[in-house]
Amino acid sequence: MACELWREKLDAYVDGELPREDEQAFREHFKSCDNCAADALDRVQMKRSIQAAAMRYRPDPALRARVRSSIAAPSSTKRTWRWAPSFAFAAACVVLIAALWTSHFRRYTREQQLVSELVDLHVATLASASPVDVVSTDRHTVKPWFEGKLPFTFDLPELQGSPFTLIGGRTSYLNQSPGAELIFRIRQHNISAFIFQESAIEQNCRLASASDFNFHLESWSRNGLCYFVVGDVNAEDLGKLAALLKG
Amino acid sequence: MAVAESRVASESFEDLALPLFDRLYNFAHWLTQNREEAEDLVQETYAKALKGFSSYQQGTNFRAWMYRILRNSFLNSRAGLKAMPIGEEGNEASESSLPVTPHTPETILLGRLDQELVHKALDELPVIYREVLLLCEFEEMSYQEISAALGVPIGTVMSRLSRARSALRDIVKRLQKE
Repeated sequence: MACELWREKLDAYVDGELPREDEQAFREHFKSCDNCAADALDRVQMKRSIQAAAMRYRPDPALRARVRSSIAAPSSTKRTWRWAPSFAFAAACVVLIAALWTSHFRRYTREQQLVSELVDLHVATLASASPVDVVSTDRHTVKPWFEGKLPFTFDLPELQGSPFTLIGGRTSYLNQSPGAELIFRIRQHNISAFIFQESAIEQNCRLASASDFNFHLESWSRNGLCYFVVGDVNAEDLGKLAALLKG
Repeated sequence: MAVAESRVASESFEDLALPLFDRLYNFAHWLTQNREEAEDLVQETYAKALKGFSSYQQGTNFRAWMYRILRNSFLNSRAGLKAMPIGEEGNEASESSLPVTPHTPETILLGRLDQELVHKALDELPVIYREVLLLCEFEEMSYQEISAALGVPIGTVMSRLSRARSALRDIVKRLQKE
């Protein structure tokens, strides 16, 4: 097949829209045609450039709150005026208990999901060939490294005299929002401290102390930022690091 | 029973729709190029979608449905009418008059492009091309999903994408020379 005919299908190829056998045929063609291979590479790079550039605008948290309340309102309003006069007290109690349980269960599920995501991020970091992007035990080196990479800033504690060592840091993402991940070490254990903007969390970030697959987590919020410390150390050590970070 | 169903539907809508919020806003801002108009557009989209949620067919593509509502709201807005006058949308004759630049090795731009450059190029791109590129590259929608979101046949999605990419390349090349 002439290159012109291959090129007609190149967009569909890089968009992953071709049948498997056509993809295979393309890969075979690339082995013998440098021009088509370079063309495909160029299109992939263009796709990546657009992907990276396209998340440009972030909504105001107040807008999110407005929309959330506007779409949540109809159910609660209808429930109030239509249920109340129709049922006996006992039935209302059953409904109330069910509603509370559902609400609690949904909140619990969301919290559990957040815990699992943070544990996944922590494990992925430790499994990475280069766990940190800035390698330094000096907080005066690590903190400035984040300047220009995050839309917020934060303080790092003085660790001298504590059992913790700062290993370094990297940028991390939660719900497509950037945040800081700082790696600390105590004995042979690594702990990740994540810092994200509250708007990135989409729920209350003050979680109850949680554990997931033997990983422990503590969280708190301050000045519009959510802090999470995650690690496989015991809850007491995790609490000590949290206390240092809280200042 | 009706109340219970309404409650379930409303909860499901919130669960389905809120995770799309950030990306819908980003898309709305790219379309309108204006923060206030993007905010109005997103609010209008959620209000319309909630109202029409009972007509949404469970099991079909909810994301494409939301984007379609947002886009239709945009087309009916002042900014939309200005950016994409009535008659231009879906007018394949006027689109096909725009040439598809042959993609030769000479036009190839090696290396990742600077983000600022891509922002400028996307800003300059006509809305009809900007939206299809964003849905494909950023939202990573399939041609089928884009077809549902834009309400045009898959063939149109493909030709529009091809022209959008050519047009973006031309703009990038010009900006690189400037």
